[in-house]
Amino acid sequence: MDHAQNWLLSLGTFLPLAGVLVMLFIPKKNEEEAKLVGLVTAVATLAVGIYTLTQFDYDAAGVLQFAVKDQMWIEPIGATYTIGLDGISLPLYFLSMVITVLVMIYSWNHIPSPGNAKAFFILMLVLQTGMAGTFIAQDLILFFVFFEVVLLPMYFMIGVWGGENRQYASLKFFLYTMFGSALMLVAFIALYIVTKNNSADPAAANFSFQWFMENSDLVSKNTGLWIFGGMFVGFAVKVPMFPFHTWLPDAHTQAPTQGSVILAAILLKLGTYGFVRIAIPFLPEAAKTWAPIIGVLAVVGIIYGALGCLAQTDMKRLIAFSSVAHMGFVMLGISTLTPLGINAAMFGMVAHGLITGMLFFLAGSVKERYHTLEIKRLSGILIQMPRLGWILGFCAMASLGLPGLAGFWGEFPAILAAWNPAGALVDNGHETLYQVLTVISALGTVLAAAYLLWLYQRTAFGTPAAEFAGGGHGHGHDDHGGDDHGSDIHDVNSFEWAAWTPLLIAIVLFGVVPSLMFDVMDPAVQLITDHFVAGK
Amino acid sequence: MLSLLAQVADFKAPHVDYHALAPEIVMAVGLCAVLLVDLFVPDHKRWITGTLTGFVLIGAFIPVATLAVVGDDMRALFDGRYIVDEFALALKGLFLLSAYVVVLMSSNEMEEGHYYQGEYYVLLLSSVLGMVMMASSRDLISVFVALEFLSIPAYMMAAWRKRDSKSNEAGVKYYLLGVFASAVLLYGMSLMYGLASSTRLTDVGQALTLEGDKVGMQVLAIVFVIVGFAFKVSAVPFHTWAPDTYQGAPTPVTAFLSVASKAAGFTGLLAMVYLAFPMAHDVYQPFMWVLAALTMTVGNLLALKQTNIVRMLAYSSVSQGGFILMPLAVAGTGEAAGPALKAVVVYLLIYAATNLGAFAVVIAVARKTRSGEISSFGGLFNYAPGLAVMMTIFLASLAGIPPLGGWYAKFGAFRAVVEAGGGWGYTIAIVGAINAVIATAYYITVMREMWMKPAPDGDETPVRVPSPIVVAIALCGIGTMVMGVLPGAVARFGDLADLTFAFGG
Repeated sequence: MDHAQNWLLSLGTFLPLAGVLVMLFIPKKNEEEAKLVGLVTAVATLAVGIYTLTQFDYDAAGVLQFAVKDQMWIEPIGATYTIGLDGISLPLYFLSMVITVLVMIYSWNHIPSPGNAKAFFILMLVLQTGMAGTFIAQDLILFFVFFEVVLLPMYFMIGVWGGENRQYASLKFFLYTMFGSALMLVAFIALYIVTKNNSADPAAANFSFQWFMENSDLVSKNTGLWIFGGMFVGFAVKVPMFPFHTWLPDAHTQAPTQGSVILAAILLKLGTYGFVRIAIPFLPEAAKTWAPIIGVLAVVGIIYGALGCLAQTDMKRLIAFSSVAHMGFVMLGISTLTPLGINAAMFGMVAHGLITGMLFFLAGSVKERYHTLEIKRLSGILIQMPRLGWILGFCAMASLGLPGLAGFWGEFPAILAAWNPAGALVDNGHETLYQVLTVISALGTVLAAAYLLWLYQRTAFGTPAAEFAGGGHGHGHDDHGGDDHGSDIHDVNSFEWAAWTPLLIAIVLFGVVPSLMFDVMDPAVQLITDHFVAGK
Repeated sequence: MLSLLAQVADFKAPHVDYHALAPEIVMAVGLCAVLLVDLFVPDHKRWITGTLTGFVLIGAFIPVATLAVVGDDMRALFDGRYIVDEFALALKGLFLLSAYVVVLMSSNEMEEGHYYQGEYYVLLLSSVLGMVMMASSRDLISVFVALEFLSIPAYMMAAWRKRDSKSNEAGVKYYLLGVFASAVLLYGMSLMYGLASSTRLTDVGQALTLEGDKVGMQVLAIVFVIVGFAFKVSAVPFHTWAPDTYQGAPTPVTAFLSVASKAAGFTGLLAMVYLAFPMAHDVYQPFMWVLAALTMTVGNLLALKQTNIVRMLAYSSVSQGGFILMPLAVAGTGEAAGPALKAVVVYLLIYAATNLGAFAVVIAVARKTRSGEISSFGGLFNYAPGLAVMMTIFLASLAGIPPLGGWYAKFGAFRAVVEAGGGWGYTIAIVGAINAVIATAYYITVMREMWMKPAPDGDETPVRVPSPIVVAIALCGIGTMVMGVLPGAVARFGDLADLTFAFGG
């Protein structure tokens, strides 16, 4: 198994770029052709992903599989081409492939204005490479490069195909992320230099994760705190954590549906994944000091996000704020430094990806039909579009953490874990703090139920507003410049079914059988949390 | 008189390594050839001179390549005053290739603008010859001669659009400030000669120890020399000529100045820092620190509010200069000397490809829009997606976004200062990181115009890009991308570590 099939991950990651290459030679006019090539590439990539799933050795989920090791990439600086897949990476790696395919299916007849399907599909494929690459990278520099690759495509996706305020939103997204990653890069380099200089064998130093894992004890506590701080900013912006979250509502609201889905489902996870994969295992000492701060900010995020949701008048913006709250739960789980907490966080990432991704799809479809997302003006979706209304209800339930659906397994264990943080944190006298956090975050779930049910009640229940009553020439004529608002309203179409069904199934499946994912992740998570057992 | 004659009789011609000097020889011969050919070519066939210039540059590149292939050994000529080593070769290659790209960019511009072509190319070649010499100079006199050799033709090239008052202003400003800088530099050099009784840089290095009773004079000499070069590399506060000169000069000349001429300035500065000041790091390091911090910050802040693309790129190149200076702020600190040198050279190489590419796109777009405003890039993605994508690549590389070349350049610079560590190293790293973010703001303004705004006058006819410019853009684009994805494979950057050794020895 060791070196077997080590081409598999590279293939899965770079295949989309081959598709991009082909698409470059398709004239812009032949939209159908371009879309087809894009979709075929994404499906082929997914097929590679499925094959990877079947070949993955689930009994050894704690070790890197399909790994490429000891392959120098940039010799002079010690950057290696080290990739591999373990239980933590696998779900996210695969999720990124699934989401790309689904988003492409959805895009088939939903190319947002101003059109240009070719460019849109190319950007999605480039994004896919960046996302998948981030999850398989086992080298800091490689990770950094993939982490940044997603930046420009997402910038253009928001800025070109977004809503009215797209330029502001995309710029904000870009600058925030750049700021984070610049500090992150400095932190990475500092970590490398410090471990190299303190090592008994400096010549062996390189940027591979393995090197940092093995030498995590070489960083003095004080230096480690600073380096962790640099990484913290980089990852926290991406998550986003309070108080670095302000780009997110703007970016989500302005992004086209596809952009929102990818952003919510995958890009936000790059940050949390960074914490789990890099910041915490490489700097365990510093993590112990930072964990309570992360925990507090996470809980502030939960409450702030929930209150933010309650204040929103726009459906999409509400979902965006709910992301801040949900990522708060993920970060809370991470901040406990326990296997349970980090497992919950990993589960929460995937669950949030599925559920919030789905909610953004729904918001996009509502917008397409009603040309508005203002909650005040929407009502009676259940009457006009029963199927879409039911799906919306289902996703709202999943999002508020209803047991039996995927969302539950992200939130509940995270709260539970916070009651019993890692022994090392208890040693430092943080137990009470965490128990306070537990209580507050539990209140957060109540708020989540409040805003989601409130949203659902106002949009889906009741009778359809007169302006959307459909067919006729009612008030809409006078009030809204002659649009016949009702005419676009139709229930879920086949492209939407195709894009959504897999997500809906996954939400139920992982809700009913969470062990499907927990079993894969747990062995890898255990390795990370070993540092934080009491007294160590 | 007799004794003098007797001395002459003793004179023995130094051994000349013709292989090592071949690039310079080819350039010198080619320069004369272009000048002669120009005399006999009828007006409508002037393009021949441009083509010939291109061949001369390629011809000079061949010995550079063979020298690189033959071996790593350092070839010292004239008593160690003229050295051909990896460092020199890497930079010579950089100068020749960037000049070749500039020739590609110039040909249509020169032809259609009805400028003097033969003279232009001759001046270009002489300037490049000066640069090629600069890369090997290890002596106060040869450094200075090379510097003047590369500068004086550039003064004239900046004023090449002679019927345009802006271009005249560009030339005059560049000339006056350039001469002033040379004077300051020369004064510093004369002090150095006085202190060391030798013009060889390594001897100067032995003399500038910051010990003894002439410390004041040593400091003065170092400061004057650095200030002289600071003008050349347009470091703040000695940058004031750059924006006006860049905007007024013909765009290919601007590209040449902002890349090749700047790199030559840095080459001279590197030779000084590593050979003449190694023991004076207590003086030059803080000075460089302040220069670097000021240069990147002020350059960035001024670039933010520019509305003219060339002016914006001018300030951006000022700010990029700050990043190149950054490693020099720690060049004398322990382990950091090697990484710092590497960082500067790698930065220069990557910056050259990227910035030239950006200028090539500007030239291509301006052929249609006849405007230098950033807003004239509106809608480019709709009517010229290829150019828009290439411009995006170049700008993203300048901003340092992986996987494009610029990230590796910035990475090297950060790595050098972090390697040096300490308060100074980390602070400048943070200053650099913040500046890298500010810089993206103005690069992204251009991207936004291209991708998200409509064409300003609604004119969406495709741009016809002449083939030389296509080649220039392609070369720069390939360079930018390859250096980003496989930085280690390009050139023999890895071996540059030996170079500090060879350099210092």
